[in-house]
Amino acid sequence: MSDPSVLAAASRPGRLAATTAGLRRRPLLGFALGAAAIALLLGALEGWRELGQATINGIVAGNYFALGAVGLTLIFGVLRLVNFAHGEFLTFGAYMLVAGNALGLPLLASAAFGVLATAALGLLLEVGLWRPVRRKRVGELQLLLLALGLAFLMRNAMAFVAGPEDRRAGANVTAGLHLGELRIGRTELIVTLVGICAIVAVAVVLRSTSLGRQTRALADSIQLAETTGIDTDRIVLITWATSGGLAGLAGILYALPAGTVHPNLGFGLILSIFAAVVVGGIGNAYGALAGGLLIGLAQEWSTLVIDPAMKVAVGFAVLIATLLVRPQGLFGRARGVEG
Amino acid sequence: MTELGLLGVTIEFLWNVDFWINVGVLATTYGVFALGIQLNVGTTGIFNFGQAGFMAVGSYGMGILVVKADVSFWLALVLGVLIAIAAALLVGLPSLRLRSDYFAISTLAFSEIVRYVADNWDGLTGGNLGLFGYTDSWTAASARIDELLERIGVAPRFLLPLLLVNLAILLAAALVVLLLVRSPWGRVLRAIREDEDAARSLGKNTFAYKLQSLSLASSLAAVSGYMLAINISILSPANFEPVLTAYGYVIVILGGLGSYAGVVVGSALLIFVLEATRYLELPLSDARIASLRFMIVGAVLMALVVFRPQGLFGRREELTLRAR
Repeated sequence: MSDPSVLAAASRPGRLAATTAGLRRRPLLGFALGAAAIALLLGALEGWRELGQATINGIVAGNYFALGAVGLTLIFGVLRLVNFAHGEFLTFGAYMLVAGNALGLPLLASAAFGVLATAALGLLLEVGLWRPVRRKRVGELQLLLLALGLAFLMRNAMAFVAGPEDRRAGANVTAGLHLGELRIGRTELIVTLVGICAIVAVAVVLRSTSLGRQTRALADSIQLAETTGIDTDRIVLITWATSGGLAGLAGILYALPAGTVHPNLGFGLILSIFAAVVVGGIGNAYGALAGGLLIGLAQEWSTLVIDPAMKVAVGFAVLIATLLVRPQGLFGRARGVEG
Repeated sequence: MTELGLLGVTIEFLWNVDFWINVGVLATTYGVFALGIQLNVGTTGIFNFGQAGFMAVGSYGMGILVVKADVSFWLALVLGVLIAIAAALLVGLPSLRLRSDYFAISTLAFSEIVRYVADNWDGLTGGNLGLFGYTDSWTAASARIDELLERIGVAPRFLLPLLLVNLAILLAAALVVLLLVRSPWGRVLRAIREDEDAARSLGKNTFAYKLQSLSLASSLAAVSGYMLAINISILSPANFEPVLTAYGYVIVILGGLGSYAGVVVGSALLIFVLEATRYLELPLSDARIASLRFMIVGAVLMALVVFRPQGLFGRREELTLRAR
């Protein structure tokens, strides 16, 4: 497949075309410039205080989108599995936080328990479901349908056990900090800092450790990784634990400032998380992190100009626009995207 | 009372005509719905996970035109199908060129966003209070069918006219789709399913064929949406949960991938089981029973996919559930 940017530059000579071709080759720069332009426009039109507040909200939301998206994209990258049940992992993590609270654990310990329990769930499903199914050499449609069936099973099993009513997550959601005219909830600030630390940690591990390099090698090609002597079974297990743990963390970071947990918690977020994955380039972990922040900002900024109830639809619009303009996403490569 | 005391099941409902009419109305609705999934997945090999969304777009389109824009019901039925086709193009144009997983994600995301918008755009859709008041023309038509039935000696019965119309629509739709699939057009769809590159190398514009397949499936979804809309006489976002798409896949796999007679049988079977289990008397709250039923649908889908992917009647050699 030839590089579309080269084609674009060749077919449209001239300075402007050269610039757009350059931006296409450096998508992150183009994305940053575009975001800055939109921010300036929104600030000038709707007021700088409103823009600042929306930006804070967008970064808060972007955190749990990014953490949810990175686990989803890693599993896709390594196993070519579109885990439609990933949203239910977020819900599960949040419910485990509630369970920890009910056992009388301090909030921090409950949160850690939730993350570990969701990581364990990821491992359990790999060993009990996905690995045996892969051994049976099932096709792509079967995998998609299994993930869809698992999503219904998990969501409704949680609704069955916990009941449909909201459960309190147990954090203080009223205290807030004021930075000039801007406000951020105390819990929001804490979970955002935790989220940013987790995002940076994931990026560092992927970039600089042997484990991260092996994982990225698997995401690139599991056969090639295997021939170079990587223990693929081990990496797959670690990837499931990571994906589950990060999903659990994302669910907890969402639930704490929101105050409550309910069976559709993750289901309500999965659309934005899928949008983040596609925007970042399916299978690319750095892309998922950037995509999550982008979707968070896009949704919150959109509330300045459209009905806030419609902000989730903005995620879908960004997804469709990405597929039209740059289907491989911010970080993906064009190879293999077309059917 | 006929009672299997141990499970607390009363099987008296099996002798109740209204039970069977209700099963028939729902089975024909889901049958038309699943015909579209069968066309996409079983015949064309594209993984449409947004059938519930197309159903919502078609039926809401019809309902909004009638209630808010005063369009005649019969014209709105036609326009609703066109709106559903437009939605299929909106989703298909960017995603059908890409790998199949992009298409699966896009269609699922689409069906969620439709439900979300229907829930939140109160002014247009009535939000979660629902949209109603589009059934007047149908009520009149239904009364005339009742008159005709009385003339041949059949006593009027609730939902019987709808059942007859639904049956006619299901049979007509199945026939049309079957003829299309056996036409040269359908042969290209099957060629795409088997090997898209080979079909393309023969000069077929496979992208256009896939779009047509999706548009036809979306039209069928819209028609099944009308059947649902008339049956329940109020449109609400909760009627278009993605579990509907899961029902559709259960039907298609039960009946066998690629088999159109199988869709009819599969849908009758699934709906009978779903409706009959309502008579289970369990010491649980309604919400818990609803969760339990959906859990079972999910588990059945998973078990079918793993243990009997060729369905109840399918043949191994028609089995196309393989990676491309």
